[in-house]
Amino acid sequence: MTSPAAPSSFPSGLPSSPGAHVRAVHDDFHGDLLEVSMGPHHPSTHGVFRMIVTLDGERIVRLKPVFGYLHRNHEKLGEQTTYLASMPYTDRLDYLNSMTNNWAYAIAVEKLAGQAVPERAEYVRVILAELTRLLNHTCLAGFLLQDTGCSGTPLMYAFREREKILDLFESLSGSRMMCNFQRFGGCRLDPTPEWLAAVRQLVDGYGRFLDEFEALISGNEIVMARTQGTGVLTPALAISAGVTGPMLRATGVDYDLRKVDGYGVYPRFEFRVPLGAHGDTYDRYMIRILEMRESIQILRQALRDLPAGPILDPKAKNRGFRPKPGEAYGRIEGPKGEIGFYLISDGSPNPFRYRVRPPSFVNLTILEDMCLGQTVADAVIILGSIDIVLGEVDR
Amino acid sequence: MSLPGQLSVLFPLASGLGASSPLAAVLPASDSALERLPLTLRGLLTGWLPASWQWLANSLIAIVVLIVAFASLFALLTLAERKILGRVQNRPGPNRAPLPFLNLRTYGLAQPVADGVKMLTKEDIVPDGADRVLHFLAPIALLAFSILTLAVIPYGRLLVALDLDASVLFFFAAGAATELAVFMAGWASRNKYSLLAAMRALAQLISYELPLLLSVVPVVLMAGSLSTSVIVERQGEWWLGFLPRWYVFTPWGLAGFLVFFVASLAESNRSPFDLPEAESELIAGHLTEYSGFKYALFFMAEYFGMCALCGMAVTLFLGGWQAPLPFLSFIPSYLWFAGKLLALLGVFMWIRASFPRLRIDQLTRLAWKFLVPLALINLGTTAFWSLTADWAGLLQPLRWLIAAGLIAGPFLLLGRNLSKGLGPRTYRYAA
Repeated sequence: MTSPAAPSSFPSGLPSSPGAHVRAVHDDFHGDLLEVSMGPHHPSTHGVFRMIVTLDGERIVRLKPVFGYLHRNHEKLGEQTTYLASMPYTDRLDYLNSMTNNWAYAIAVEKLAGQAVPERAEYVRVILAELTRLLNHTCLAGFLLQDTGCSGTPLMYAFREREKILDLFESLSGSRMMCNFQRFGGCRLDPTPEWLAAVRQLVDGYGRFLDEFEALISGNEIVMARTQGTGVLTPALAISAGVTGPMLRATGVDYDLRKVDGYGVYPRFEFRVPLGAHGDTYDRYMIRILEMRESIQILRQALRDLPAGPILDPKAKNRGFRPKPGEAYGRIEGPKGEIGFYLISDGSPNPFRYRVRPPSFVNLTILEDMCLGQTVADAVIILGSIDIVLGEVDR
Repeated sequence: MSLPGQLSVLFPLASGLGASSPLAAVLPASDSALERLPLTLRGLLTGWLPASWQWLANSLIAIVVLIVAFASLFALLTLAERKILGRVQNRPGPNRAPLPFLNLRTYGLAQPVADGVKMLTKEDIVPDGADRVLHFLAPIALLAFSILTLAVIPYGRLLVALDLDASVLFFFAAGAATELAVFMAGWASRNKYSLLAAMRALAQLISYELPLLLSVVPVVLMAGSLSTSVIVERQGEWWLGFLPRWYVFTPWGLAGFLVFFVASLAESNRSPFDLPEAESELIAGHLTEYSGFKYALFFMAEYFGMCALCGMAVTLFLGGWQAPLPFLSFIPSYLWFAGKLLALLGVFMWIRASFPRLRIDQLTRLAWKFLVPLALINLGTTAFWSLTADWAGLLQPLRWLIAAGLIAGPFLLLGRNLSKGLGPRTYRYAA
């Protein structure tokens, strides 16, 4: 009962220091705090995620994330299976973005084995990764707006576009979401000219979809009222927590692995990295929209410059693959942030240690810091703007 | 006043209204048989009864007709809402439910039947530790109050179930009680989401009842009556012989209508003010612990409340059952009312399909810092309007200008204050 009285009104702009809102569980003046367990079965926790929120009226004074409901021994499985057999498992990490998961894992193994990748495969990988980024960010925008209480309209518009990309993935790899497409030293299949033409068509139409979506959403008064100034993340906290991806860039930190590492053939493409200034939910949403526009640019260039040649290095040995003892960490800029795989080889067909660096999980760690002092309704959209996939958080 | 006298005040239509009754003479001679159809039908049903029994029979008929008509409208509205939502979201909406035994696809027309069967056959769950009595009473209370509000709306010429002198007051008294039922449901469910929803419902009630009432006061001021029938009658004349004198076509009426409309969105817990039922935050809010028929009752009451508020908006601002143009008066009044009502309900659904939800603090801020001041200013403007009723000639445009300025100025100032600090942003790119 020592803490000061809570401010009489909700913060309208940026909240003051979050700690100011924490007070004793019970005092005679303010009444009781209410502890609500949101999840694991809740419409807006994006899977089996649970937030134990302590509420002072509607305001959050404490938030404890609970996860692990979807834990399935992913890393242990990776150590029990051969290198190649782990590839389909990585699809299930972030099940929206199997292509980038595959790529990050392939990069780690290629580093471990010193495997070269043909140029055509690098281009195809870029095309698939950027398509995945479009897919993920479109879904995120839809889900985020669903969380703000739109009755499904933006979500349906987003899903219409997502379906188009999933159709492309299906016609290329045979599966819509569990693509299992990358191999060590290239890709599994060579895209046909028809498929590339379909991608070109999609890319040409995507800008129009984004324009329409933004015209409806980005300038909407209620969307701005709900998202601007809520869930503010400071650059210092983001960096110290290891936050990566659009969430970090929304705070204004210029860190994009496509530029920093320059992996694959990314240095050959011209694209810009959009940066936020406020680090709030609106910035996180807008950064993703702007990133999609840059992805379209990358896709245009990649489709234009796609060279002929083999899709898989002829010397690559995917079956019976035994890398020399050693360790490697491969990472790429996934749609959600830095997705990395750390592998230790002891010369056997299985990795001795297989470790995933999941962007969702790391980005989720600062949920409480962003939610303190905000309302329940804000917590839901803040969680939505972090962009988690529980398959990746829990592994 | 003697008892029969009192009753005839309560049920003026019930006082021996046959084809030969004195009140039927109120109908203009030009009225078609179609216009008289509801009254003629009722006359056929109750005309043979002794006069002292007729009021009872007539009011029973009114009650039954109201409930049946709005229950079927509810069924159609649920379908319409899902179809409209589907259309907006570029998906088909319900289109599968076949007619029983026929296996005939009806573009979803059988969907309400399927929904009804589903609702009725579901298990009725009462949570352990819930207040069973209140839990049971809440949907009934909500529905009862919603039906009460339907009673005072004039659905057509002489078609009002309960023609009170203060029917506007009655409407809002019964309407405010619906929020009490929401609170009962939230409290009795012994569920934290429901409790939060109950808190939100009360906050919303207190915030939005005020602008709702304040936006009605100008209408009462100008019509000089609290009776809905009189208010509709007052909107029945024509400007220049063809422009309807609906209150919405005046500066104060337009502002009042908009305030009323926004407040009634909040009052009926509709998007973007559906905070008590916020499905992405509070699962289903006060409905979380309801299933089966009780849930269906809540759903029904929500639609009844929506219909009642739309009907009131039509009555107060959109000329009630009056035709929009003189030469269209041959269409029966009740059809005009139905058309206007359905159009407003369509706007409700359109809004639901388009807008995200407000936060509770933004909701109350909108009410207290925008709608209430605007409604009060609107009241003053109405006073000016009624004082300058005799301005003619060149003064007439001046009167319009002043009234419009009195409303538009504060509207812009308050609106700017409301959205202070919000706006589209420009983003920089990394070098």
